[in-house]
Amino acid sequence: MRYLPLTPADRTAMLAAIGVSSVDDLYRDVPKPARRSGLVDLPPHMGELEVERRLGAMAARNMAAGSVASFLGAGAYRHHVPASVDALIQRGEFLTSYTPYQPEVAQGTLQYLFEFQTQVALITGMDVANASMYDGSTACAEAVLMANRTTKRSSAVLSGGLHPHYRAIVETYARYSGFEAKSVAPSPDGNEDLTSTINAESSCVVVQNPDVFGHVRDLRPLAEACRKQGALLVVVVTEVVSLGALTSPGEMGADIVVCEGQSIGNGLNFGGPYVGLFATREKYLRQMPGRLAGQTVDTDGRRGWVLTLSTREQHIRREKATSNICTNSGLCALAFTIHMSLLGEVGFVQLARLNHAHAVQLADKLAGISGVSVLNKAFFNEFTVKLPKPAAQVVEELAKRRILGGVPVSRLMPDPVPGQPELANLLLVAATETVTAEDMDALAGALKEIVR
Amino acid sequence: MASVKFTQEHEWIRVEGTTGVVGITNYAQEQLGDVVYVELPDIGRKVMKGQQAAVVESVKAASEIYAPVSGEVTEVNGALADSPGGVNQDAQGNGWFFKIKISSPTELEGLMDEAGYAAFVEGLK
Amino acid sequence: MNEWSKAVSASSGASAQAIANAVPGGSTETFGGNRGLQIEERLLFEQSQDGRCGVDLPEPPKVTERLGGLARKTPIGLPGMSEPQVVRHYTRLSQKNYAIDAGLYPLGSCTMKHNPRLNEKMARLPGFGDVHPLQPVSTVQGALELIDTLAHWLKTLTGMPAVAMSPAAGAHGELCGMLCIRAAHIAHGQDHRRRVLVPESAHGTNPATAAVCGYTVDAIPADERGRVDLAAFKAKLGPDVAAIMLTNPNTCGLFESDILEIARAVHKAGAYFYCDGANFNAIVGRVRPGDLGIDCMHINLHKTFSTPHGGGGPGAGPVVLSAALAPYAPAPWVVHERGGFRVVEQAGDNNQAFGRLKAFHGQMGMFVRALAYMMSHGADGLRQVAEDAVLNANYLMAQLKDDLTPSFEGPTMHEALFDDGFLKDTGVTTLDFAKALIDEGYHPMTMYFPLVVHGALLMEPTETESKGGLDHFISVVQALAQKAKTANDAAQWFHECPRFTPRRRLDETAAARKPVLRWRPEAPKAQAAE
Repeated sequence: MRYLPLTPADRTAMLAAIGVSSVDDLYRDVPKPARRSGLVDLPPHMGELEVERRLGAMAARNMAAGSVASFLGAGAYRHHVPASVDALIQRGEFLTSYTPYQPEVAQGTLQYLFEFQTQVALITGMDVANASMYDGSTACAEAVLMANRTTKRSSAVLSGGLHPHYRAIVETYARYSGFEAKSVAPSPDGNEDLTSTINAESSCVVVQNPDVFGHVRDLRPLAEACRKQGALLVVVVTEVVSLGALTSPGEMGADIVVCEGQSIGNGLNFGGPYVGLFATREKYLRQMPGRLAGQTVDTDGRRGWVLTLSTREQHIRREKATSNICTNSGLCALAFTIHMSLLGEVGFVQLARLNHAHAVQLADKLAGISGVSVLNKAFFNEFTVKLPKPAAQVVEELAKRRILGGVPVSRLMPDPVPGQPELANLLLVAATETVTAEDMDALAGALKEIVR
Repeated sequence: MASVKFTQEHEWIRVEGTTGVVGITNYAQEQLGDVVYVELPDIGRKVMKGQQAAVVESVKAASEIYAPVSGEVTEVNGALADSPGGVNQDAQGNGWFFKIKISSPTELEGLMDEAGYAAFVEGLK
Repeated sequence: MNEWSKAVSASSGASAQAIANAVPGGSTETFGGNRGLQIEERLLFEQSQDGRCGVDLPEPPKVTERLGGLARKTPIGLPGMSEPQVVRHYTRLSQKNYAIDAGLYPLGSCTMKHNPRLNEKMARLPGFGDVHPLQPVSTVQGALELIDTLAHWLKTLTGMPAVAMSPAAGAHGELCGMLCIRAAHIAHGQDHRRRVLVPESAHGTNPATAAVCGYTVDAIPADERGRVDLAAFKAKLGPDVAAIMLTNPNTCGLFESDILEIARAVHKAGAYFYCDGANFNAIVGRVRPGDLGIDCMHINLHKTFSTPHGGGGPGAGPVVLSAALAPYAPAPWVVHERGGFRVVEQAGDNNQAFGRLKAFHGQMGMFVRALAYMMSHGADGLRQVAEDAVLNANYLMAQLKDDLTPSFEGPTMHEALFDDGFLKDTGVTTLDFAKALIDEGYHPMTMYFPLVVHGALLMEPTETESKGGLDHFISVVQALAQKAKTANDAAQWFHECPRFTPRRRLDETAAARKPVLRWRPEAPKAQAAE
């Protein structure tokens, strides 16, 4: 057993030192009926080669997005990750270290978290950010809980443009934590007006930008409406690269910004692990969930870092904590911050321009197909197309031609929405820097044949 | 002359006419260690005896401050926001938390006097 | 923006003191501030130069911008670095970290075991790592098979009929389990049950989770054996109790020997039994939680099944469920049918799922790693894992029981708990003692947890430590205990530990009183001077 250093001789010697005759004696507190003598019904141990063969066979039954033309988004985006990112996060001192509760032996982790917090605050246009959350969707739910605590109100308004998984999570929390989640019906055409839904009972309005249909919106009027009613504006960003091209949520008046940070530094991974970004204004700091790295000095007066303000957290506050969560997404945050360091101001902005330019090219190509129309006037790297037949069928047809053509809206919103009978025909299409001109031509050509 | 009363939760209240000045005892600040943050109630808030009125935090602990008597908060010690260490330096003087307009003075009768509190603390050691 | 290279060149030929001043907090024993392999590393922002970039991207094609007039008009302020600078920056930072790759982490309750690199390799196969969660189901049959296979292993090892795979970490799993319980009570018209019993020794996440679910927490005391006080527990049961949340083996490292009786009493009272599975490593392959009367238990894949801690995540916290709770598991879940796998993604009218907890399908990358680890060990190896973990902890206990003060009698499970009795009248605290371990090349043990013993020192060696490695650790702890008890200057000496780390003890009070949570550019005055 390659992971177990004890030899039979070691075990014998150790049992003797303990003063018992067998390891069974060490389990004597287990009630007799629950003791199992035999092995569970699972395969015996395997060498590396055998494990690689079996898992490799499973992996081979999936269509890797990078092996085909891929246009999928809807909250997870395929970007190119520089080789040094993965090499650095696999250094054992990062990969196999514990949460930095002992700062003297964790300055590496603490410093990169401090730098990560700074980068997140900068791109969102906010004052402070935490050391990351599980992912964007759970960060979104935590943002609503935080808004409820901060305003001492219990009614949240959820935009119809919020990713349906995010919305489902907030609704789940609402049902069981005892607050109201008012979900607005989706507007695929992007003409949603949320200002009339806010009142003096609202704790927050949660709005995604670009929204799940890809629409980009000026949030300043909404921020103003929130301010008037004493509600907080929670802005959700599922494609964090967009922040390199768009006016930041902070500049538009957001009170809390949560992002899915996967696009920077992290692969698709079939949906996880990802990294949630969480930023807010200084005045709400004490209500913010999650770990925080802060600057201080050591006993010799040298600059250093520690986890701080931990009295907000569960291990001290227990049932009165700001959140029950314990973990952040450390290694994914590290991947994010390394990739962001490589990009820098110049690279991040150019990456965003590249994504937008590809999406514009693709939108024009697809809009030229008879029977296909693009619903978005303004978008970043993803937009909604209306097809003459159900999008779910179309993506299956495209997959047969080795094209991952987009995400059917019906996959996210399977129930018919009143007044929106044609949701089934809508397809979300994304184009990142990884998409080539040939990929775009392949999609346009195949789509033309399929919808004919 | 102002009288000072104490609770079992280690708050003190100094009665000045119809107003009470509330803080935590020297024993409590020693137990907490360096205070890093104090959350004070809103002025005008009405609190019931035993209800949470403020929070005091050290690096490793958070502790709630309960109203020793019922009443309305009339003033808070804003200096603690900038220098929470004031609680450690002078817990039973300049490190006070808030002032309260006492609504039912009879509630004071259930609290300990200085000697009673000293004996109570001795029992905890 | 500050320019680090400029700061150095400007001070070349200047006094050693001036150079030291240019390196925030550097060593004063050397000219440049570094100290052998301990190299000072300034913040990214202090090394930045405007316009520098660590990637080469093509010039975007010319298009008419369609950002709806919302194009960013102000600079972001991100630092500019080249690739070699970035690689060096993070390599230097990594060298300031302790890690399981480098040595023993005797952190009780955390199960810091070896992280095989095979798991990393498997998770990076393009068929797992480069698959989009919303690809057509026909193109991800292998990914769904992997989730289904891991689910099968987890159900078999725990003896439970169902598992919810999507929770992102242990505490998220707790939330999932407790919401299943709440949903079950609602379905049975029992939603008036709002009290949850939680032992005093529980992880802080337990009461925090119960509170998020709309429950009030009622603490159960421990008895003198370190277990749940059975009489006190039974007295607290009643028609308003929704559940008990119990960690087993508990946070004192002890098996709850009355657990069958506890389960019977919980069920008789109409409540459910939540088990915190953080310590599953002690019993995997030897005891099935399903045989203990448990209704749900989360499994921290990063503990028992060795997905890396990564400096604080990501984790994964699947929750195994009894038949009574299985119908309420959240979306999504994988269904294995003739012809292949499909995934149910909506909680809705035709199922009783309580809702959804996470976007997409769960922590797939962690699933791959955990399954690679489980397949490597197999049924036989996993049983050996538990036995060796328990053997190592008992060996530690046996060798240290005369030097430290064990908190409880009898065999322990996977961790050894001591209190600070042995430090009485020495002036040395648990914290000081643990910090002294750092200078000896060890990460400290868990301190001051569980709360039920005074000045707790909780040590969990795990099964991946060798006897030789443990013997060295034991000799160090014995020597430190001896010094604490006998040295005249013990209090002062321990209080000054650690001495040999990149930073010594840090001022947490200052950090909390005036929080500095991000870098900010220096005031314009300083910039003008540059």
